Amino acid sequence: MTAFVFYLFAALAIASGAMVVTARNPVHSVLFLILTFFNVAGLFILLGAEFVAMIMVIVYVGAVAVLFLFVVMMLDIHAVTLREGFTKILPVGAVVALVLFVELALVFGTWLMAPDLDAVRGAPTPAVGELSNTQAIGAVLYTDYVYLFQLAGIVLLVGMIGSIMLTLRARVGVKRQNPRTQANRPLEDCIEVKKVATGKGV
Amino acid sequence: MTTLDRTLRSFLLTELVSGFALTLKYMFKPKVTLNYPYEKGPLSPRFRGEHALRRYPSGEERCIACKLCEAICPAQAITIEAEPRADGSRRTTRYDIDMTKCIYCGLCQEACPVDAIVEGPNFEFATERRAEMIYSKQKLLDNGDRWEAELAMRQEADAPYR
Amino acid sequence: MAEFWTDFLWPLILILVKILAFILPLLLAVAYLTYAERKVIAAMHLRKGPNVVGPFGLLQPMADGLKLFIKETVVPTGANPVVFLMAPVVTFTLALVGWAVIPVSEGWVVADINVGILYLFAVSSLGIYGIIMAGWASNSKYAFLGGLRSAAQMVSYEVSIGFIIVTVLLSAGSLNLSQIVRAQSGLWYCIPHFPMFVLFLISALAETNRTPFDLPEAESELVGGYNTEYSAMTFAMFFLGEYANMILMSSLCVILFLGGWLPPIAVAPFTWIPGVIWFALKVSAVLFFYLWARATLPRYRYDQLMRLGWKVFLPMSLGWVVITAVALHLFGWLPPRA
Repeated sequence: MTAFVFYLFAALAIASGAMVVTARNPVHSVLFLILTFFNVAGLFILLGAEFVAMIMVIVYVGAVAVLFLFVVMMLDIHAVTLREGFTKILPVGAVVALVLFVELALVFGTWLMAPDLDAVRGAPTPAVGELSNTQAIGAVLYTDYVYLFQLAGIVLLVGMIGSIMLTLRARVGVKRQNPRTQANRPLEDCIEVKKVATGKGV
Repeated sequence: MTTLDRTLRSFLLTELVSGFALTLKYMFKPKVTLNYPYEKGPLSPRFRGEHALRRYPSGEERCIACKLCEAICPAQAITIEAEPRADGSRRTTRYDIDMTKCIYCGLCQEACPVDAIVEGPNFEFATERRAEMIYSKQKLLDNGDRWEAELAMRQEADAPYR
Repeated sequence: MAEFWTDFLWPLILILVKILAFILPLLLAVAYLTYAERKVIAAMHLRKGPNVVGPFGLLQPMADGLKLFIKETVVPTGANPVVFLMAPVVTFTLALVGWAVIPVSEGWVVADINVGILYLFAVSSLGIYGIIMAGWASNSKYAFLGGLRSAAQMVSYEVSIGFIIVTVLLSAGSLNLSQIVRAQSGLWYCIPHFPMFVLFLISALAETNRTPFDLPEAESELVGGYNTEYSAMTFAMFFLGEYANMILMSSLCVILFLGGWLPPIAVAPFTWIPGVIWFALKVSAVLFFYLWARATLPRYRYDQLMRLGWKVFLPMSLGWVVITAVALHLFGWLPPRA
């Protein structure tokens, strides 16, 4: 049963991954990307890593892919014109793919070649069943790797500040409302009650 | 001090709370809904509803085919044809109002020198077909007969202000 | 064969029955939520609301549903038909899927998973897709603007909702929703975390696109927002999904802050009433607040909405997380490690 579900998720992930690249409509590509994320989350659940699966859905599907979708919807992309340089770039892409493949092969190869690494890889996490994996991740992340964790946070912060600085500009001549001054205006300045005699006018 | 006061107020959401309290208070007030087909609101004697052609108490129709209403009608909804009757009086042979064109401005009843064409209190004359909205003279006279009591009352009630 | 029966078929049937036991009352609740909405708002407007179809108008939701069911589904010529028809299905499904982890009483839950709250958070963050897909696929400027607004709004308020949830998690020490409720048996979290409770209520309004944050469907400027082009059943799916989402957010609020199925005081007359009744009563109270807000407040302007989300709610909830963490640590109130 588990094997069947695994192959289902894996096949769907690869198929929708392929559709991301081949879909004519960029919006469809993004939607297929979301489907890929979902299937990967499913695979994580099969591994018993439900925390990672949920974070995967929240972060990648709920936030990152939404921004992708935003950008793709806003841009006026024509798939046909994008494909014009396809044959020209193909060799470069092939080289990149080859490098990635070799690297992956090396990683798996090394792990297989050095048996003691296997122990290192499994060491930080306590045995499954002792703790739920949420607690296991927390226990590792906030003790052994707390500096790296904080560093990662600072890198993200720097990225955020940088992008805000790039887009922030003070334009002159913009009439902007200041909610505080609006709310703090005393009532006497805003309205005036006048007694108007009938037939006399103001 | 006022700054502190305002900050406190905005953090305690006093304005929101008072607004919510008001709507909650209104929730328990008596409702003003009229159960429409069974209950109806009052109508002014000047209410301009469905048209009617009136008659004199003798049964003689009032309209003298002067065509003032046809002339003044801004929507050109009224069509009149006239011929002398056998007794030599001037009468209409045709008096049609296209109720789909009519804008219920009341200018026809203002223009009428003999109070023949009036707009009555009836506003519930929806039909299922468009053709039924084109009123003939007969239909208008029937309306006048049906509503005469009320039409006379309305005219009397409005007379002091004319 | 017997193995197949005991290991596979029987659990499957059990799960299906459980799901039906959740979904049928839920759909009924959604139908009567629309009725309650019309009645409550009418009462606050000094009107009577629907009172013609059936006694007190109680059959009105059925009549509305039937009307939407027999009408024609129009797919605009310029629309992208697959995405256009998928959007309402996605919205409706996501609104129902979230109910899998909601415990309505002790042990009354379809899937009592360890990361229940994260699951709910994930499902509610996916809710954007139905709307943004509808907005894009309709090929209409109103729908598109509505979809964009809605997506930006939901992403913004999700951030503060996340931090509010973190404060509750810190106090409860678990991601499991049943555990969170059990942790409140002494004191409901709406008392120590009262500011976060208020913030959560308001963020939930924004998250479900309700007044005063209903800009995605602001009819005075965007016709109908993302559902401008939808009719009949597709529209009904959006409608049902939206209201099911309202109930979902309300029950999340009840679980996080109002002690779930627990009675207000654990003494005799209150403990006789079953937990599911308490849960339903609390959810109804929160839903009444939703309707009440709709009758009371005017719509926010979009820049005010964004300002509120990012410059007011985010710092406040973040600050409260820090305060809670520090207080728990200083006074030794940290929940025991499970």
